[in-house]
Amino acid sequence: MNTFLQQIVNGLSLGSIYALIALGYTMVYGVLRLINFAHGDVYMVGAYVGYYLSRKMAGREPSFVSAFIVMLGAMAACALLGLVIERLAYRPVRRASRLTLLITAIGVSLFLENGGQLVFGPDPKFFPSLAPHFDFLVADVRLTSEQTTVIGVSFLLMILLRLFIMKTRTGKAMRAVSFNLDAAKLMGISTDWIIAVTFALGSALAAAAGVLIGMQIPKIDPLMGIIYGLKAFVAAVLGGIGNVPGAVLGGLLIGISEVMVVGYLSSTYRDAIAFGILILVLLLRPQGILGRVQKEKV
Amino acid sequence: MRLRSLAWVAAAAMALPALGCGKGRTTDEILIGEYGSLTGGIATFGISTKNGSTMAFDEINSAGGILGKKFKLLVEDDQSKPEEAGTVVTKLINQNHVLAVIGQVASSHSLAAAPICQANNIPMVSPSSTNPRVTQVGDYIFRVCFIDPFQGAVMAKFATNTLKAKRVAILVDVRSDYSVGLQTFFREQFKQLGGQIVSEQSYSQGDSDFRAQLTQIKAINPDAIYVPGYYTEVGTIARQARELGIPSTVPLLGGDGWDSPKLWEIGGAALNGCYLSNHYSVDDPSPLVQKFVADYKARFKEVPDALAALGYDAAKILADAMSRAGSTDGAKVRDALAATKDFAGVTGKITINKDRNAIKPAVVLKVENGKFVYVETVTP
Repeated sequence: MNTFLQQIVNGLSLGSIYALIALGYTMVYGVLRLINFAHGDVYMVGAYVGYYLSRKMAGREPSFVSAFIVMLGAMAACALLGLVIERLAYRPVRRASRLTLLITAIGVSLFLENGGQLVFGPDPKFFPSLAPHFDFLVADVRLTSEQTTVIGVSFLLMILLRLFIMKTRTGKAMRAVSFNLDAAKLMGISTDWIIAVTFALGSALAAAAGVLIGMQIPKIDPLMGIIYGLKAFVAAVLGGIGNVPGAVLGGLLIGISEVMVVGYLSSTYRDAIAFGILILVLLLRPQGILGRVQKEKV
Repeated sequence: MRLRSLAWVAAAAMALPALGCGKGRTTDEILIGEYGSLTGGIATFGISTKNGSTMAFDEINSAGGILGKKFKLLVEDDQSKPEEAGTVVTKLINQNHVLAVIGQVASSHSLAAAPICQANNIPMVSPSSTNPRVTQVGDYIFRVCFIDPFQGAVMAKFATNTLKAKRVAILVDVRSDYSVGLQTFFREQFKQLGGQIVSEQSYSQGDSDFRAQLTQIKAINPDAIYVPGYYTEVGTIARQARELGIPSTVPLLGGDGWDSPKLWEIGGAALNGCYLSNHYSVDDPSPLVQKFVADYKARFKEVPDALAALGYDAAKILADAMSRAGSTDGAKVRDALAATKDFAGVTGKITINKDRNAIKPAVVLKVENGKFVYVETVTP
């Protein structure tokens, strides 16, 4: 029983990383109907920015303050990267066909992966410890400070995002753009601005995930975004792409099921299960768990 | 048209003397080819080996060489790509006319080049490819290191006799032949010695989250955990094991795949008290080892790893075989290599058996604050 509860905690900490990345996929899909395949690589860049920032802090004792600064720095840098990608790559082709946009996204993804290998080097790098390490036992289940931080910070960010979307004027505008881009434009909403904000927010969340994973699993490399990006995409589809709470739910489900498969079956089936779930969802409930059916208007 | 045929004639005229001097040049020199990964993902392996073999040949040359000739080493880079290994070895043999070949560390590279050496009757000595298949290519292919089955058995003996472990869990990298090989032979030997394998978990090279497997292992409460992987994953595994509360009294055990300065950088204090089997130890008090370590440090400004030591031994054994054969002829050198017996190398007394593998002891090292400390020698 303890082992089972421990596995749930392991799954939650892995799942919250997926959830944070999945949010970026789902938000961009919501406003642009674009699967932003470069999103996983933005997460990779976030991890590297965090790595270089924490190296700068290397002289100082690990503390939550420095961890906080590193995370904010990485989020700011990736928000900027998100803006640049949107402005230079996606905006010029926004009115072109959906396929053009998708291929552009794949191009950006390849650019970041190979650029990353050139700039950061192809060898893996290892995160220094950022925050002090301690762990505590709750009913014989061991929670490490890293796991607690990952789960806590992810949920805090998700709640903040939810508040932003539901309570602020910009959030309202985002929902309007997601509902109908042209109508929103007619109502005087600056859609360019809203789309830019969406990219910045999504990329910042991915950067946070990158730093959090660095705290938990210290190894980072320029191709780390591929598999995490894919799984987060599966999570977004599972929850219902375009749906923000759905992305969180999907991320946690994928994380927990993956840990259970490895723990009780075999690690060989780890990825097979994630993508098996995707196939099942597409067959049984194509709109996702929390997604709404969208009628195609002709 | 006339211009082009003129160009052909000119090219042929230039090529002819070049062809002519290819063979004749080697009268006072013994040309040895070496292929290795000097750039790319496993570059430190190739550079260490090259340092070791260069040092060995320089020592022999300054002592007067053999058969009245001096060695000349030609090193080619295969860029950490197995397919490139075949290309550069073909060049070494056909263009440079080397008389013997040294290489490689990674078994997949050795397997690509070995058939070429075999077909050309050129003896090849691999310093550190441990996969059993390498020397099965043919009778011109040798190695100076032990093979995977032996390494797995060494750790099983050590766990039973020295650590008194009865219940051991295994965490294996299912994507690596090396890791699966060690797992198989460890399990076999450990059971034979009366031990019990209480859990077998797996991961794939490149994974970074091992908490699920380690949680299962922790629940079983083993005496030790055998992790025959490469250093990147092992460091992460050690760290996560301790974070999940597997006490430091439960050591992780592994093989020569751990031998990298990066191991400590990743795993840190979580690795204290863990053990690995390896080819040699820098702490070995034997004067041969201490002289090698001191010379290497003076020349290359770093502590020689096992790959450097094996590169050194490979070169020395090859030179020894040539002087015993009294010739550099491929077939004669092959027979002399096969007859190598009790050669005193840095990595132990080396005897070549009928499968052209080295029979020699392994050492068990303990990780202590970033250093590999010598514990004991296990003989075959």
